[in-house]
Amino acid sequence: MTALPTATNKKLGLVIDLDTCVGCQACATSCKEWNGGGYSAPLTDHDPYGKDPHGAWLNRVHAYEVGEGDAGRTVHFPRSCLHCETPACVTVCPTGASYKRAEDGIVLVNPDTCIGCKLCSWACAYGAREYDYSDGVMKKCTLCVDRIYNETFAPEDRVPACVKACPTGARHFGDLGDADSAVSQLVKDRGGFDLMPEMGFKPVNKYLPPRAKRDATTAAPPATEAPGISTGAQIEKLFAWADKMLSR
Amino acid sequence: MHPAYSVILFTTLSGAGYGLFIWVASYVLIAIDQGRSLNAAFVFSGLLLSLILMISGLVASTAHLGRPKRAWRAFSQWRTSWLSREGVFAIATFAAMAPLVFRAAMAVALQPSIADEIGTSATLAVLTLASVPLSIVCALGTVLCTGMIYQSLPTIRAWHQPLVTPLYVAMALASGAVLMVLLLRLQALSAMTASYVALLFLGLSAIWKVLYWRTIDTAPRTHTVGSATGLGSFGTVRPLDPPHTQANYIMREMGYQVARKHAAKLRRLALFAGFVIPAALLLFALAAPALLAIVCSALAVVVMAVGLATERWLFFAEAEHVVMLYYGRQAA
Repeated sequence: MTALPTATNKKLGLVIDLDTCVGCQACATSCKEWNGGGYSAPLTDHDPYGKDPHGAWLNRVHAYEVGEGDAGRTVHFPRSCLHCETPACVTVCPTGASYKRAEDGIVLVNPDTCIGCKLCSWACAYGAREYDYSDGVMKKCTLCVDRIYNETFAPEDRVPACVKACPTGARHFGDLGDADSAVSQLVKDRGGFDLMPEMGFKPVNKYLPPRAKRDATTAAPPATEAPGISTGAQIEKLFAWADKMLSR
Repeated sequence: MHPAYSVILFTTLSGAGYGLFIWVASYVLIAIDQGRSLNAAFVFSGLLLSLILMISGLVASTAHLGRPKRAWRAFSQWRTSWLSREGVFAIATFAAMAPLVFRAAMAVALQPSIADEIGTSATLAVLTLASVPLSIVCALGTVLCTGMIYQSLPTIRAWHQPLVTPLYVAMALASGAVLMVLLLRLQALSAMTASYVALLFLGLSAIWKVLYWRTIDTAPRTHTVGSATGLGSFGTVRPLDPPHTQANYIMREMGYQVARKHAAKLRRLALFAGFVIPAALLLFALAAPALLAIVCSALAVVVMAVGLATERWLFFAEAEHVVMLYYGRQAA
């Protein structure tokens, strides 16, 4: 059904830290790897070794230059489905293949009933849906619905593949409908924001802004060499003598 | 937006088909109301041509689908989806027009007098009479839904304009009326009223289209790369490294751009070939002798087809999608 649930108690989603993301593409590649065999399989590529290789990916990492001069910075920007509270991609779907789950708010496409009309991709402001030219249906982030409830996994692995792969801990997964959850607290503490809030789709995923740049007044003083704490051992005296001789 | 030929063919062909059907069905209703006898050959040829246009349009639209065999599923989500509503109305039109088509076919095949029976109190005619107004409503509904599919998308500024749906309806009625004039002339029937109707909707379409172009040229671009990334408060946002080296689906589908100087030329072509020249030809045909009038009316159809195809191509090619903010556009 493309009618949206009136409200979802749980709002599972991601919180992405634009301060710590280093743009390594680990989230994008692990997403492609997992979803090439999971719910969205096959997640095909086209002309992979030819002149125009492209394919369906559910997560894309952009890099932007923001601000000018000394205030300028590089911001790596992962972009995927935001699992909106009022997703237009779902309501425009003519077949009911697109739906928003009432139990946790995840937006999914049923690959067995999608007709590949592409209207949902026109309705999405965030470019979250990519058409799989070989499979003839739409593909999108599933929030790794086949991982997060998977009881054959160790509890610490029941997170989306992108979150598990991120080496800098820039991606956080949790229930944004619960004000006391770790992700909600993180959004509150760091001033997390919505993308294109003026569209009115009410994204569940939040982004954390880059932290303020340090300058001469805010930077921590440079680390000075800690004075050696002597234990009075013979070997220490030898090293001290060697250091003195070599420093001449 | 990428101008898919299947969608251009679908919207222009089925628009003309539903427009023609609306006028033929209205002609039947008015003739019955005035107690005039119906020309079965005209009614049947009109219905047949509109059916051919509708069906070829719908077939063309399935070429746009990744999984055309599942197209029947598209009738299910009429509660929320304009695309689904369009499908429901399109099929409902076929069902509602069936009695009229059947009776017109019988009239042509068996005896021309049966066509006149539609206008009498014959009990067989009751079903036909009830279904004709219903089929007109369904046909109008189909074209309305086509317009709303585009107008309801806030992600595409050029489509999210109040003139989009009225234009789709006006252009369907204009192209239908131009076809109707040709069919009337081919049967040596009076085409004066139909010509005036065609002129009215050609004029309305032309004025609305010019207003529409002015609107999309001046409407504010409210979405920026700053709000798309949320980084606007840190200064200007400029793309540094793309996420992929080759264009992906998003860029192929939403990133289509047409050169501005070409767009201006094509707009003139759409305006003149789509509306101005067909109107002039129809006006000339009103005063011309029968054979020349047929030639002019046929020419009007051909020229209008070129103009409408250009107009529809531009409707897509000129539309910019907000997602391209992530790929280097500053505002959308």
